[in-house]
Amino acid sequence: MKRTRFVFSGSGGQGVITAAIILAEAAVLHEGLNATQTQSYGAAARGGSTKSDVIISDQPIYFPEVNQANILVCLTQEAYINYSSIIRPGGLVLTDSRFVITTKKVDARQIEVPMYDNVIEKIKKPIVFNICMLGALLGITEFVRPSSVMEVIKSTVPKDFVELNQNAFELGMELGALYNG
Amino acid sequence: MAIKDYIRQRYFPQMWCPGCGHGTILNSLLRAVDELGLDKNSIVMTSGIGCSARISGYVDFHSLHTLHGRALAFATGVKLSKPELQLLVPMGDGDALAIGGNHFIHAARRNIDITAIVMNNRIYGMTGGQYSPLSGPGKKATTAPYTTIDNEFDVVNLSIAAGASFVARSTTYHVLECIDILKKAISHKGFAVVEILSQCPTHYGRKNKEGDAIQMLEVQKKTTAKLGSKALEDDPTLIPRGIFVDIDAPEYCQEYDKIVESAMKSANSSNSSSSNENRISLTTKSCVTQGE
Amino acid sequence: MSNNIRFVQGNEACVEGALYAGVDFFAGYPITPSTEIAEILSKKLPEKGGKFIQMEDEIASMCAIIGASLTGHKVMTATSGPGFSLKQEALGYACMAEIPCVIANVQRGGPSTGNPTHVSQGDIYQARWGTHGDHSIIALTASNHQDVFSVTVDAFNLAETYRTPVILLFDEVVGHMREKLVVPEKGEFPIVDRLRTSVKKGVDYHPYLPREDGRLPMSDFGGEHRYNVTGLFHDMWGFPSNNPRVVRDLLHHLIDKIENNVHAITRYKEHYLEGAEYILISYGSSARSAIHLAKNRRERGEKVGVLELQSIWPFPEGLVREKCANAKAVIVVEMNMGQVMKEVKACVDNPSKVFLANRIDNKLITPTNIKTLLRMIQGRGV
Repeated sequence: MKRTRFVFSGSGGQGVITAAIILAEAAVLHEGLNATQTQSYGAAARGGSTKSDVIISDQPIYFPEVNQANILVCLTQEAYINYSSIIRPGGLVLTDSRFVITTKKVDARQIEVPMYDNVIEKIKKPIVFNICMLGALLGITEFVRPSSVMEVIKSTVPKDFVELNQNAFELGMELGALYNG
Repeated sequence: MAIKDYIRQRYFPQMWCPGCGHGTILNSLLRAVDELGLDKNSIVMTSGIGCSARISGYVDFHSLHTLHGRALAFATGVKLSKPELQLLVPMGDGDALAIGGNHFIHAARRNIDITAIVMNNRIYGMTGGQYSPLSGPGKKATTAPYTTIDNEFDVVNLSIAAGASFVARSTTYHVLECIDILKKAISHKGFAVVEILSQCPTHYGRKNKEGDAIQMLEVQKKTTAKLGSKALEDDPTLIPRGIFVDIDAPEYCQEYDKIVESAMKSANSSNSSSSNENRISLTTKSCVTQGE
Repeated sequence: MSNNIRFVQGNEACVEGALYAGVDFFAGYPITPSTEIAEILSKKLPEKGGKFIQMEDEIASMCAIIGASLTGHKVMTATSGPGFSLKQEALGYACMAEIPCVIANVQRGGPSTGNPTHVSQGDIYQARWGTHGDHSIIALTASNHQDVFSVTVDAFNLAETYRTPVILLFDEVVGHMREKLVVPEKGEFPIVDRLRTSVKKGVDYHPYLPREDGRLPMSDFGGEHRYNVTGLFHDMWGFPSNNPRVVRDLLHHLIDKIENNVHAITRYKEHYLEGAEYILISYGSSARSAIHLAKNRRERGEKVGVLELQSIWPFPEGLVREKCANAKAVIVVEMNMGQVMKEVKACVDNPSKVFLANRIDNKLITPTNIKTLLRMIQGRGV
């Protein structure tokens, strides 16, 4: 896989960073790729805006931060305002339609998905919003195999919560698949 | 064994001033060890810096002469890493309760099996007679030419409040009592504090006009009284001597052994079920780790 | 896929290296950005019968590991910024009393409380001269998790070999970043175990009399040989001495045992260094940006290479002089005001060709930051 740079942004508690780690870990542990994950530390991680950078590549990765993203995920309006300008031309911006009103100023594919509303309606547990987002992202483009992500989820969450996460992931995949291609 | 079998004769004569009480404490300590029949190889004496701290060089035990105030921190590492060792930690009053005060209360809080001996001569002797946190108000010292205004710690009350499970006090005048108390302190399982009032005729005695060593020992005799004695009842201003606390309480190294046992058990069982939940719980938790 | 592949933070890679090297005692105090090392070891050490203790402060932690080393254990502590300052006195004690131990310092912005959650490389000189008095020290560093693992193993090995504290100078980016780590199989890396004396019971054991090869076999506290350990200048018995000859000889020994072995202690990596006209010297996370840039420049035909230092102290003067001999310019890339640059200037033939590409706003220096300076030096504008 050629070097792909992701930025996941939202607010503390949405699980943005966990989702970023799961994606990167799936690439490393189950796809034989390299990945780095970094994140913003500080008060931001406790309710303020939060951001995590992930780079996935089949080559060694040196500089681990993302200044220009191929993929940008924004789960809050604030995140969208702050980061939409870093998207590479031709990149992908994924937002949640409940939390983000997009402007069409960036030269990238912007996809708004009602992930949060679907999670609340069908799963009734907002805690898995982040996993649904990850499903949607892979539904749009299979950066890593969904099965790899599920493997990581299985080893990450307590046994009793695997099914809940799996449902959220699959729900996301279905939502994302509508924009596939 | 003879007392000379417990000392490193090569390093004598010792460096303390004539009349200093610290030699008496060394003597009492060695007699206590002898009477308990302890193996010299099982004893580690850890000390800090100061007149008192030099005691560790003279004894034929494993000896660790460390940094000012830090003897108990070093001793904690020795003890926890090899709990079968017997830790003796003699400290001066400044060493134990000024620069080392935090280590002192935390060692007591953990109730780690260490015998802490506070050789209290109420002065910094090695540096030439400055006041210590045990000098108390109204005393003269080279750094208190107009007398001290600082209150002193009560070592016994402080130790009890901090959680020591054995707390006692004696003096260099009451040598036999001292040996008896030290034996009990060393045998005690848990953090044991023995405060021994000692005389510094060179600095404290001279500055505060308490006379020579013999006169200072007289003061120790007159101003202290045994716990439960009529003398103490009649005159509560006397400094009580004896054993104030001697209780059974969970000892740190023994408690940690239980942690090791349960950790090894759960590690073995999770290995067999090939789960790595623990790893992830750590990584995800550290996502939100920050601060100072 | 191998079970040994992990996706972890640098701090966890350090823990894995320490466990591989045989650490069985850790004392520490929580401080960002090193705390994960303590957290993970608090779980993993008791699982293998080791001991973890959270002390009342960083001073006590450093003292406790020295005590535990004397009973024959492999010991470490981990800290950052202010905590590293607090450990300095006891670090000097470990130098003087020759106690093997490992101190990880995950560097953050400073001085003082500085910037706990952001990166800096400002402790290079504190690692060298933080404790008072003449002495030598070993300090290692790494830019990626595989190397964090291996230099951590090295740190324990060097601590045992030279009976000295060894400092691991990591930084916040490497400590917190996650990437791949392949944990080697047992036996892949050599492990240096404690050298214990063969002197029998009843025969005089001289704890501070070096062997012909300079090494000092130890005897565990609790064993048959009872000896004195002190931070005072001491004779071969470990007993305090102010005899001028004893003092001089001991200080020479403490310094020579490290400085005479720079070649054996030096660790480094070369990236695109073959025929490089412009050499970037870097270490830790800033080396990642330097390598990124060098790769990028090479693809455009520019002769740019990186000398990545993994041992900072003793400073590998000979290596740096040799590698930089034919360079048109040497750019030291670091996140401080030129601490390593000064060492480089002191050892190359032509100090005027040494430049500093730095960043001191506690943000990771970027390849673009370095490129800007490189273009100026090349006379190509920015």
